[in-house]
Order: sequence, then C-alpha cells, then structure tokens
Amino acid sequence: MASLVAILDVKGKSLIQRSYRDDVPTSYVERFIPLVLDMEEENVTVQPCFSDEGINYMHIRHNNLYLLAMSKRNSNAAEIILFLHRLVSVLTEYFKEVEEESIRDNFVIIYELLDEMMDFGFPQTTESKILQEYITQESHKLEVQVRPPMAVTNAVSWRSEGIRYRKNEVFLDVVESVNMLVNASGNVIRSEILGAVKMKCYLSGMPELRLGLNDKVMFESTGRSARGKSIEMEDVKFHQCVRLSRFENDRTISFIPPDGEFELMSYRLSTPVKPLVWVEASVESYRGSRVEYMVKVRGQFKRRSTANNVEIYVPVPGDADSPKFRAATGSVVYAPEKSCFIWKIKQLGGGKDYLMRAHFGLPSVAGEDLDKRAPISVKFEIPYFTTSGIQVRYLKIVDRSGYTALPWVRYITTAGDDYVLRTISDSKSSSIIAPL
Amino acid sequence: MAAPPRKGENWELRQQLNSEYRDKRADAIKRVIANHTIGKDCSGLFPDVVKNMQTDDLEQKKLVYLYLMNYAKTQPELVILAVNTFVKDAADPNPLIRALAIRTMSVLRADKILNYLASPLSRCLKDENPYVRKTAALCVAKVFDLKPDMCIEYGFVETLRDLIGDGNPMVVANAVTALADIHEASLNMAPPESSPEGSSPNSARLNNQLFIIDHATLAKLLVALNECSEWGRIAILSTLARYRTTDVEEAEHICERVMPQFQHANAAVVLGAVKVIMIHIKNVQREDLLKSLTRKMAPPLVTLISQAPEVQWVALRNINLLLQKRPEILANEMRVFFCKYNDPPYVKVEKLDIMVRLATERNVDILLGELKEYASEVDVDFVRKSVRAIGQAAIKIESAAERCVSVLMDLIETRVSYVVQEAVIVIKDVFRKYPHSYEGIIPTLCANLDELDEPEARVSLIWIIGEYAEKIENADELLGTFLDTFKEESYAVQLQTLTAIVKLFLKKPDQSQGIVQRVLQAATKDCDNADVRDRAYIYWRLLSSDPAAAKSVVLAVRPPINLPQRTVPPAILEELISEISSLASVYHKPAATFIGKGRLGAEEMKRTVEPEEDTARERALQTVVAGQQAENLLDFDADEPESGASDGLAGLGSLSTGSSVISSQAIASAAKSTNPLDELMDLFSTASMATPAAPLAPGAGLEGLANSVSPPTTLSPSPATPTAAPAATAGGAQDDLLGLF
Repeated sequence: MASLVAILDVKGKSLIQRSYRDDVPTSYVERFIPLVLDMEEENVTVQPCFSDEGINYMHIRHNNLYLLAMSKRNSNAAEIILFLHRLVSVLTEYFKEVEEESIRDNFVIIYELLDEMMDFGFPQTTESKILQEYITQESHKLEVQVRPPMAVTNAVSWRSEGIRYRKNEVFLDVVESVNMLVNASGNVIRSEILGAVKMKCYLSGMPELRLGLNDKVMFESTGRSARGKSIEMEDVKFHQCVRLSRFENDRTISFIPPDGEFELMSYRLSTPVKPLVWVEASVESYRGSRVEYMVKVRGQFKRRSTANNVEIYVPVPGDADSPKFRAATGSVVYAPEKSCFIWKIKQLGGGKDYLMRAHFGLPSVAGEDLDKRAPISVKFEIPYFTTSGIQVRYLKIVDRSGYTALPWVRYITTAGDDYVLRTISDSKSSSIIAPL
Repeated sequence: MAAPPRKGENWELRQQLNSEYRDKRADAIKRVIANHTIGKDCSGLFPDVVKNMQTDDLEQKKLVYLYLMNYAKTQPELVILAVNTFVKDAADPNPLIRALAIRTMSVLRADKILNYLASPLSRCLKDENPYVRKTAALCVAKVFDLKPDMCIEYGFVETLRDLIGDGNPMVVANAVTALADIHEASLNMAPPESSPEGSSPNSARLNNQLFIIDHATLAKLLVALNECSEWGRIAILSTLARYRTTDVEEAEHICERVMPQFQHANAAVVLGAVKVIMIHIKNVQREDLLKSLTRKMAPPLVTLISQAPEVQWVALRNINLLLQKRPEILANEMRVFFCKYNDPPYVKVEKLDIMVRLATERNVDILLGELKEYASEVDVDFVRKSVRAIGQAAIKIESAAERCVSVLMDLIETRVSYVVQEAVIVIKDVFRKYPHSYEGIIPTLCANLDELDEPEARVSLIWIIGEYAEKIENADELLGTFLDTFKEESYAVQLQTLTAIVKLFLKKPDQSQGIVQRVLQAATKDCDNADVRDRAYIYWRLLSSDPAAAKSVVLAVRPPINLPQRTVPPAILEELISEISSLASVYHKPAATFIGKGRLGAEEMKRTVEPEEDTARERALQTVVAGQQAENLLDFDADEPESGASDGLAGLGSLSTGSSVISSQAIASAAKSTNPLDELMDLFSTASMATPAAPLAPGAGLEGLANSVSPPTTLSPSPATPTAAPAATAGGAQDDLLGLF
C-alpha cells in the first residue's frame, strides 16, 4: 500500500507525483532528499526503505531519477518496490527512455497511467500491453470512445480476444546466461546458469499451449525413461499466464500466451559449470613508469561451436595512459571512462586460444592506491548451444478454430552480467596470476 | 475585495477555459495541469475548470477529474458544481467512465459529494462490467476511510463480503484488498474517537472485526488465488497470512494450495507465499509435506537474489529473518550470497550478515577467502564490515578460529589504516571468546600502536594490553603513551586506560606503582567526565583499602562472549515472520515501533496481541524499545534521580539476598574473605556525597549491574565449585559492567 507515488529528479525535485491517500501530505516529498543526504553525511548506508517521523519512504533508482512511494502504514515493501520497478518498465515501453525530459513531456499520459496502475495505493493493472490498448498517446483525437479492454478484468488478464493472424507462428528462444566467479588462483568459486524461455507469439484467437521440456522431475514422476539427457531445474519461475497448480501437480507447462513478445519462464541451475570462455591475465606493474598485461583467452567448448562477439574487459589503473596493444586476433580498444581496455573478438572457435599484450604508461607520481579493483569480465554468445542441455521436446498449440501453427526454436548461451574473473589482488610488486 | 487582475497567466487561462473552441479549452486544461505539476497553485481556476467537465473527450475528462482530486479540498463549497456531472457519468454507458466517476468521487474528501455517492456506488458494486465492480470495491474502502458509518449504513461492507464470491478474480482480489484495508482501519480507530456524535450502534459494530475469514471465505480465496493477477495474489496471500487455524488438515490444505505460488515470477508473490507457509507450517504434521515445504522454499528464495538490487535487498532482509527462525533452509546455499563488486552497499552489507549466519565448519574456508578478498576493496565501510565478519566467524566456529586469526594477521600486514584498526577491534573480541589462546600475536598488535587513531581501536588495544599485562614486558611503557595524552583522549579511551593500568598494577605491583598513581591522579583531578572520575575513585579506594579484594574484583575471570544466533528476540521474530515482505520485516522492527508516533501504549498492544503470546511479546517489545533508548540511560536517570539511585540499591539488595544465580552462601563467603560489595556500597555513598555534581552515575552503574546479574547465562557457576569461585565470578561480572562504561 502506498499513499503517494512520485518521480523525483536527482536533486529531489518532484517531476510528477500522484497522491492516492490523504494520510501522507504531499509536502513530505520534499523531505526525501534531505533525509538521504543526512544519511550519506553520517555515513549511514541509504537503504531502499527507511522510516522517518512515522512516514515510510520506499524508493528505487532509475537512470538519474528516484521513484518514491510513501506510506504511513506497515505496507508490503516487496509489493511497492516491485510496483515501482514495474512503473519504470511500463513507462519505458511508452517512451523508450525514462528520464527527466520524457517525464516532463508526457505528464498527461503519466497521470493517466498512474491513475490506472494504482488505485487507493494498491497496484492494479501493470501489463503495458493491456494498458496500451486503452491509454494511448493520441487519445484526444479519438472519435470512438475507448472502453476498458476485456482483458483488464478477464481471468486471462494478459490477452485480448479477437486477435487474428494470417500466418500463425510461435518463436521460442531458449537463452541461458552463465554467471561465473573465478578467483585469483583460477578456481571457480561460484557458477550458475540463469535460463529463460522467451516467446514471440503470433497466434490467432485464444490458443491453449503446452510446452514439453526434458525436465528430469517430470520424467521421473511419469516413470518414463528419458531418451537422452534430462535436466534438473532448481527453481522455475513462470509468467503469470502459466497455470501454476497444474505445474505443481504433473509438471505440465500449460498456458494461454499473451500476444507478441514475452518471457514465458525462467529457471536456475547451480550445477558447477566449466568456464566456457577462459581468460587468464598476467599483470606486470612497475609503479611510476608502466604496467604490462598479457591476456590469454581460450574457447573451452565443442570444436564445432563458435562464440560470437566475445568481449573481454580488463581493468587498468585509472591514471594509465598511452596504451599500446598487440593482439593475435580481434581488436583492442581503450575505454578510459570505464578504466579498462576491451578486447573484442568477433568469432572464437571451440578449442582455440589466442594471446594479446597491452602496455600502458603510468604517471611518475603514483596516485592514491584506491583504484576500484574490478574483476575481468567477459561477454560472449554461443548460438545453437545450451550449457544445461535443456531441450524443447514439443510445443502443442490448440485453438478452437483448429489452425495449425509452426513453432520455431532457437538456443543460445551467453555470458551473464556476472561472468567475472578476479585479478590478482596485489599490484604493488610485479606478480603473475597463477595459470591453470 | 479586489477583482482578480485582468492579466497574468491565470487570467489568460481563465479566458481560454471559457473559450468557445474545444481545442483551446482542452489546451488550457492541459496547461493548468502542467502548472499544477510544477507546483503552482491553480485553485483559483476551480469554477472555470469544472465547467469543462462535461465533455466527450476522455483525456480531457480525466484531466478535469485529476484537477478536482487535487483541489476539491480547497474549494469545498464549489465542489457541489461537479456533482451533477459525476452522478451522470456514474451511469454512463461506457464502463470506463462509470468507473472513473466513482473512483474520483470517492476520494474528493468533501462531505457534500459523499452523500451523493451512496446510490451510484451501490449500483456500481453490482455493475455488469467487472472493471466497474473491481473499481467500486476499492471505493468502499475509500468511503470507509472518510465516513465509516456510511459504509455500514448502506451495507457496503456486506456487499464486499459477497463480492469475494464474485466470478471475476480481479473483483475478488479488490474486494479482499478493500476488506483488509477496512479491517486495518477499523482496528486503528480508537474507541473513544468514533463515538462523539450520537454513538450509534454502528460505531459499536465498527470496533468489531469487520473482516473475519471463515471456512467458506477461505475456500473462495484459495480458488481465486490461482486465477488472479499477480497483485491480486499478493492481496489474497496477505489475507491468508492473517487466517489462524489450529486444525491440522486445514493448515496442510492451505500449505498445499499456496506452495505452487513459489513458482510465480513476481517476487512479492513468492515472499507472500513464504509468509503464508511459515505461519501455517506450525500446524502441519505430515512428515512428507513438511519436508517438501522446506525443501521447496529454498530455490525460490535463492532466485530472488538475481532480481533488481532494491528487490534483492527486501528479499535479503527477509531471508535474514527466516534464517533466524529456520537456519536449515539455506544451509547449502552460502555461495549465492557472495558479493558482486558492483552490488550497491546496502545489498553487500546484508549479504555479509547472511554469509556469517550460514557459516559452518564445512564452508568456513571458502567464506574466509571471500572475506579476505572483500577486505581489499575500496569501500571503507564494506571493508570494515568484512573484517568484522571474519571476527564473527572466529567467534562462531571454534575450530576455524585459528584460520580466522591468521587471516586477520595477514590483513594487519597490509598496514592499511582502517583495516588494521578494524582488525584490532575484532581481535579483542577473539580474545574475549578464547582467552589465552593467541597470545603470540600480541607483539604484532602492539607494533601497530601508532596506526590506531580511532577511539574504538585504541580502546581495544588498551584492553588487550591490560588483560595480558603480565605477558607484555613493556606494558607500562605502552600504557604510558596513552597516559601521556590522557587529557586529549575520548572518555572511552580514558576509561580503558584507567582500567588497564589498574590491571597492570595488580599484576605487576612492583614496577607500576608510579604509573597507577599518575593515572588515578589524572582521572580524579583533570578529568571532567563523571564516569571516568567515579571509576577512578572506586579503584583508588579499592586499591588503598584492600588490594586483595581489588584483585579479585578487577582480575576475575569473565565468561566468554558468544555470537547470538538471533538479533531479534524470539517473540518479536515470530511476529515479524508472520509479516514477511512488509516494512516491519524489512526493518526488523515490529510495526508498532515505527508507525504512528513510534510510541506504543500498553492498551494498544493488548488489543492486537493474541493472548498466548501476550506476555512474551510484550516483554520482547520492551526490550526493543529499551534497546532504542539504551543510549539515553543516563538521561532517563536524570528524570527521576531518587528512583534511579534507589533502583541501584534495590538491585544490589537482590544480588545479596541471592537470586537463583548466586547462592547466598557464596555471597556470605565472599563477604567474609574480601567483602567487595560492602566496599562498593561504601564507595557509592561517599562518591555521591563527595561529588554532588554527578551523583547519579553510580546509581546508573549499579542498576546496570543488577540488571545484568539477573540473566542466568552471564553467571553460571556450578553449585559444587568451591566458594571462592562464585565470588570471583561475581567480581568478574562487576568488572565487566564497570568496563561497560
């Protein structure tokens, strides 16, 4: 429950706000930033939720904005914080970039959205596709009056009736991102696979879909022996269209999909994963003169696969200058704004390895040794391949009208946001990261 | 009264609002709203804006409604102008407009409007369109907020209860939400306040629970749960969390039906489901169900950690609570909580706390590796907390203490000032847990004396030196350096220097007579702090009248410290767990402490508390409140000087009459041999007479003493031990307490 929702600029000035209940005076919005500044001054960590004089402030940050909700009661913090995130994503779908300017330019529609997305402080409809059906940017030109789409209150609140396509198609993308943390001595400390099944649905009517995966739990419960490999997903999350009780009973994934693009499900596996793209870096640092890097990359996957768009971010001291690079393949650029250099390789074959060297000058007066010691991070994509071995066994599409639709399935593995290898911690003396 | 000026922006807008062209009027309304958005007062345009309410343009209508919502309060006598249009709109063929009209009407906060709302609202509650019904359901809660009697009078609350059985899940969800809101509001309504006018039978009914969940309702809720939108599910889950049952079968049924919600993509739904399960699991008896509930709870909790940072934080705070109740659920998942270098600070701190909570003998090595890594990061606060976590791991896991200490020593070698200081503080705690175990590191610590510029670090090192004075050859020299700067030091350092030098003197009387004289002189003559001065007097008299007694008081063995399994008292924990995902569970404080004025009357507590948990919970609440006021202990005494002092005496009295903790026999024997208590009593009276400027500090001290003697864990001499031992322990406790100051 939120009494007031406001979007503030970075200085804490309210760009737009909507009060849902009278118990929190609107003037309290102005107290938010002073409170945050006070906490920062006193070295107290500013947390997303805090309370002051009986008012609870819950906020998130997006770009240079604060999205703030206030309440006087013991509100559901998880719900409100999520609602604020959802507000950002709805606004993003409406205006692409959510920032000061787009908020100012679109205040009318934002008021409308705030009115529709929350009532009396309780979240209502937050599906941007449905909202777009009756809250549009050109509404004042409407000849025909809009009505609330059935879907707003339908049991199927995510899909409207009467959708028609000439060609009925479904695209399934199974995307697995691998997160990995490798310590300075080359051991994998933590690894996980975050998978997602994304769909693009171009189907007419109200089709019933059933998705079959090589889910180990299902194979076991039905007593069927799995042909080939089956996988054990540790935690599965579904889009709200999936019937959860059905999944709980017999692991069937059945649903009426929203129209267009959406994420059907996500899953997580924390089985140990071998690093697919292995990076080693040795650093030789001569304080006050120069620092040298030698980076080695190896594709540790099947020979017939290829990793595309490999990018290796190697952190360097903030005051490094005059970069020189020599790479056996790909290109290297220096990104001083991120205090790193990036080695880009368009295609890295399985089992191949390459070397690159970098040389930087350092100022003779050594700066404070307070460089943020970021780890090496890596980005890549490996198409036609999943680390977990997940497979779509079938996708059944049934609609009353009886059309046949074609499902297309693609697999891809990418590096997650957190595919990192820690650099050696001591950069004072010349030292080399222990190779494998 | 001057006529409004015929120029300026408002005048211009007024012209436009009254223009004959639609476009111009629509444009003017937008500009009014734009002005409102940037904080300009537009209340003067009220009649002109309201004129534009009747329009076919939905957007314009919405803007006028928005204007009304914001300014109706300022122009209560003009609001009536809008009533006609509202009532007409509430019967519009377009459901969107019907809903909009009642939605707006119910928040205008003008009595006149409310009277006109009754009949449109009752119609809309039974509207054929679910969109209107779901909006109307919430309107009832809004009306209740303004005029509770009206809701009862027109039977709106009854209607809401009927709507729980509505065919449309969104309507059900909003009906549940509205009822829950009304329920909460009616609980908050103090009885005397609701009765001024006529105190009709209605207001009596108000104080009853307006939303009682019975079996039939429960069944409906469980059905709707599977069909609702995500926000509806949250509302239903919160309501299910309020339901209490002792029936085993029913509890099991609820758990089974709620469990699938763990798979929902919305984190608040997941936390809501966890909440319901945590409440009803108490009554589950089927072994297999119990097992599968705890097994299935872990993965969704782990997945929450890959959400947006703010959501992660809310999840982490709740996980922290859950682990205090059921540490086993995430026993194997410590790695998930490893910090990413770009995690926001508030997430990192929570993760650290949880990692220490999950630390066991099996995973402590990998934990130490991580913590050491964190200690080399740049965020000073995080580094300090990481170092502190190493100490906590040492205290928690005895077998790992040695490894922890060696990591701490590695960190001290980095000579990074704040790392060293924090490490020293932490090592002091390690010594308090494992006395005489790691004396070998003391020289290294002392070598870093110059690095320490923070009071807490200095205090810690001084404490270590005092404690091991007999093993440190140059202890007098080291302590002397602190004595040289005695006047400039903070009080905490002064106190600790004083105590440490007294310890030194008692251990090595021959070499340190001079230094102890100096410190006592300095503390009694040059120090303006009452605590320091009083303690110096206590020591002085103790030393001069009976050195043996002094020895048994000051040098007595203290019980080792422990890392508490819980940071929240059990009764409060129980309450917080039943409110998982709420602000209370995020703050780790009961709601009563931060809503309203932050003060709770005993009466209020009683009303909301269930009888069986009553006393325990109240006691726990007091502890929390007391904890918040702990730093004001002295102020508290100053308010009532008499009672503060006599409390202290009473405390002493209870100590000597022998509670369950210290047998009277032990006290008697202690009195026979050394009689330290008498000494203290003496001192107390003389001190308060001699220094009228600060008569209260001793009272506070003794009161504290009495308090801490009562929990049996602090002192637990076995009954069979020789009589001298308990006396020594008692002495130890006193020294500890004095050390607190």
